Amino acid sequence: MSYYKPKFRHPSLPENELGYTVADYDGAVSTLCAGCGHDSISAAIRNACFLSAIPPHRIAKLSGIGCSSKTPTYFLGRSHGFNSVHGRMPSVATGASVANRDLIYLGISGDGDTASIGMGQFVHLIRRNVNMTYIVANNGCYGLTKGQDSATADLGSVGKSGVKNQFDGIDLASLAVLQGASFVARSFSGDKEQLEPLIRAAMAHKGFAFIDVVSPCVTFANNVGSTKSYAATRDNLEVMPLDFVPMREEIRTQYKEGSSQAVTLHDGSIIHLHKASKDYKADSRESALIALQSANETGKVLTGLLYIDPNSQDLNHTLELAPKPLNSLGKDELCPGSRVLNSINEGLR
Amino acid sequence: MKQIKGVNDFVVKFANVNGTGSASANHLFAKAIFRMGVPVSPRNIFPSNIQGLPTWYEVRVSSKGYLGRRGGVDLMLCVNPQTMEDDVASVEPGGYFVYDSTRPLAPHLKRDDISYFGVPLTEMCMREFKVARLQQLLKNVVYVGAMAALLDINFSILKDLLSDQFKGKEKLIMPNVHALEMGYQFAQDHFKCPLPIRLDPSINEAPHIRESQHILMNGNTAAALGAIYGGATVAAWYPITPSTSVVDAFSKYAERMRIDPGTGKRNFAILQAEDELAAMGIVVGASWNGARAFTATSGPGLSLMSEFLGLAYFAEVPVVLIDVQRSGPSTGMPTRSQQSDILAAAYASHGDTKHVLLFPATPRECFDMTVQAFDLAEQLQTPVIMMSDLDLGMNDWMSPPLEWDDDYEMNRGKVLNAKALEEAESWGRYLDVDGDGICYRTLPGTHPDKGAFFTRGSSKNEMAVYSEKGEDYVRNVDRLLRKFETAKSYVPVPKVHDPIPVKKPKTKLKLGALFFGTSASPSYEAVEILAAEGYPIDVMRIRAFPFHQSLDMFVHEHDIVFVIEQNRDGQMRQLIMNECHIAPDKLTSVLNYSGTPITARTIADQIRQALKTTSAEVVALHPETT
Ligand SMILES: Cc1ncc(C[n+]2csc(CCOP(=O)(O)OP(=O)(O)O)c2C)c(N)n1
Ligand code: SF4
Ligand SMILES: [Mg+2]
Repeated sequence: MSYYKPKFRHPSLPENELGYTVADYDGAVSTLCAGCGHDSISAAIRNACFLSAIPPHRIAKLSGIGCSSKTPTYFLGRSHGFNSVHGRMPSVATGASVANRDLIYLGISGDGDTASIGMGQFVHLIRRNVNMTYIVANNGCYGLTKGQDSATADLGSVGKSGVKNQFDGIDLASLAVLQGASFVARSFSGDKEQLEPLIRAAMAHKGFAFIDVVSPCVTFANNVGSTKSYAATRDNLEVMPLDFVPMREEIRTQYKEGSSQAVTLHDGSIIHLHKASKDYKADSRESALIALQSANETGKVLTGLLYIDPNSQDLNHTLELAPKPLNSLGKDELCPGSRVLNSINEGLR
Repeated sequence: MKQIKGVNDFVVKFANVNGTGSASANHLFAKAIFRMGVPVSPRNIFPSNIQGLPTWYEVRVSSKGYLGRRGGVDLMLCVNPQTMEDDVASVEPGGYFVYDSTRPLAPHLKRDDISYFGVPLTEMCMREFKVARLQQLLKNVVYVGAMAALLDINFSILKDLLSDQFKGKEKLIMPNVHALEMGYQFAQDHFKCPLPIRLDPSINEAPHIRESQHILMNGNTAAALGAIYGGATVAAWYPITPSTSVVDAFSKYAERMRIDPGTGKRNFAILQAEDELAAMGIVVGASWNGARAFTATSGPGLSLMSEFLGLAYFAEVPVVLIDVQRSGPSTGMPTRSQQSDILAAAYASHGDTKHVLLFPATPRECFDMTVQAFDLAEQLQTPVIMMSDLDLGMNDWMSPPLEWDDDYEMNRGKVLNAKALEEAESWGRYLDVDGDGICYRTLPGTHPDKGAFFTRGSSKNEMAVYSEKGEDYVRNVDRLLRKFETAKSYVPVPKVHDPIPVKKPKTKLKLGALFFGTSASPSYEAVEILAAEGYPIDVMRIRAFPFHQSLDMFVHEHDIVFVIEQNRDGQMRQLIMNECHIAPDKLTSVLNYSGTPITARTIADQIRQALKTTSAEVVALHPETT
């Protein structure tokens, strides 16, 4: 990894340990509706990458299609990005990640992009445990095509059109836990205190890290009766706070014994989980499913790190990829040459 | 009765039941003829079934080296009661019929214009072998033994092949050789061997084949080796006949040749995707990130990949796709061959798209063109589709040996590395600085603050900034056309052959024939047949799309041009009409879309027929040519 010191910087902005300011993680100006939850997710991503001092060009951003999938233009302008096709970003990310195992992959999707057209690819992405962070900006509707209910809209939730949704919503977090995702979290675009450390933890995690972020659509689903409006989400929020301590940093805060659970990631980073309930175990799928189920039944929005397997092995491991990225291999490593070919010919005579 | 005669020149067909182990025995038969140095082309005609349905294996022997299908059957070996009636009927008058005579032949299967040879295969195997599975399997080997006597196949070559086949399983060699000998001996004792159709290795009228030390291999294996030699590191696929063996072979070779010596780990990734959409998405993602990636599929998969192909075309991401065509639409006849994805591939996806296509005609070309596909895809930053088919991909073909130039360097196209970015004064992803329509790309992670851009399927300006301005869109797609124009000088040129001298031509019309892929071999043969009848036909074998300008010229220089292909709608003809602005009546289709590969006889018949009906009109149209 190459480290780079930016030459110009705003004198008053603080720098991270690589010498970048938060402005170095900015993207283009957003063209989303003012107040759209997605913009807060972009800001949280920018801050998370700044705080974790990730060189921006070592991140590759990928997305599908939708308002949410447009956001990678609005953060990390120094990173390459790929706005692919609707619902198929998982496959593009899979290909990209096996091609160069040294970059950090960040996928941004919407609830339409993931839970409808992209459902097939999403579960297979989980199944393969691709080393990436995958954020769904979940507003319960199709923003970009003007507000139709999405598959994550809750039963009975009312959109801008005033019609009640008649179908059960798909809970992506429960699905991810069940399908074997190695890191599953839920958050709220309005809760930067929680969202930022979650993104940092997700990016440090080895394997597939999923964050389902409730991200209200101010234009089509922020009305009374919508279960994913700002007001409804705030009213029903049940937060499990956490801190993220990267591997390079000393632990400064003292946590009272029993009040939190510490999870050490493969790179030495530590996640401190402040438990809402005493017997919540973040490394137990059962715990996660029970908690999610009871929150869903009572209309609560349970947020926090729901499940983590800190020892997960990613797709690169499963495929037994050599350490050198595939995209950097040259002729000598790839091409067996004429002698071998001649012996193959011989075997075919 | 007049019997068919022919040294090194006949067609043998085996009629079997799928799943009874006949495939390897039939292969043994064909390979032995190949080892004798006699030109041979075997073809499997198999059902979409694992066990029980009829399957055939057709072996053409041709001392002149014609490797396409001739048409007709001179000797039928039938061990499938289900199809026996049709099989008897399909033998040419004067031909031969070999069958399992354990049970007597039904009277209605008797023809008086063919010769019958009954070998009690079942009875012999029941008597000689104890294990039921062997009784079943070795029946096939017994008939190969009988055929060896009937056709004069070198027996020691057969024995050598058996020992090669069972290397490591020596226990199996003995019973196999025994079965072979039983069949051989039975035929020697009961029939007049050899038949008037037979082999003689001392006669070979195809010096090109003898001299170049041909190999026997299928196109899919050759394509897989092309991917290895071309530097592919990522293969993503979803199983579909007849393309599956491309990735199977890639996997086999990669496990052998692509293990990092330092760590014992893999310098390749193979991903069996959840569907063809994902397979293509993986290829797009990997190629975007600078790896050489490919997928192999057939018609239904091509349809599913279509949205991504449009993205790759518009976002300018290299893609290599090997389409092993079969009979469509939809499942069509999934185990039968066709060349029917031409238009679907050329214009795959919505919006204005055109893709580079390559048309291999031999395993050697499958190898060369796969390597070339990776270079072209990266040079042109666009999808390149290699159009193979079931006949070429899954059947063994005699082919010139694969050759490799150790000085070959992968052509990665216009990619800026960190140093180049550092030195560049300015850079825009979609700026056509060289005027060839091809712009400079960068890979993720290259430089800390230069060269990052956003790849998207949406409209953008030269600086890769999202733009819905009409002018920006038009400039961009017009540049893509310019790039397609550039592609014409990069892709393989058509092959033209010297015309065959015709002593007393029966027509003054200038006749031409265009063909490609597996239509080529039988077309060459048909053209020779017609030349002997007094019809000189110039030929051009198309090897790529976009078409080379010499193709336009070829069409304009001839009065009638036959386009020989294997689909119903004359898709190549349509593509030529469309892209070269040629009047429809200039091009006459010669077609076969029955699922079994086109034969030289069909081609010659259709051309004769067309000449009968169209020459008068054409003469009226071009009086100066008469
Ligand atoms: C194949 C295809 N079908 C339909 C569309 C149209 N489309 C664009 S965005 C979208 C829905 C996006 O919803 P979501 O992912 O929830 O994103 P949001 O806009 O809500 O953030 C649809 C249906 C498309 N782009 N591609
Ligand atoms: S339509 Fe909704 S989701 Fe789209 S930008 Fe506006 S507020 Fe955001
Ligand atoms: Mg949405």
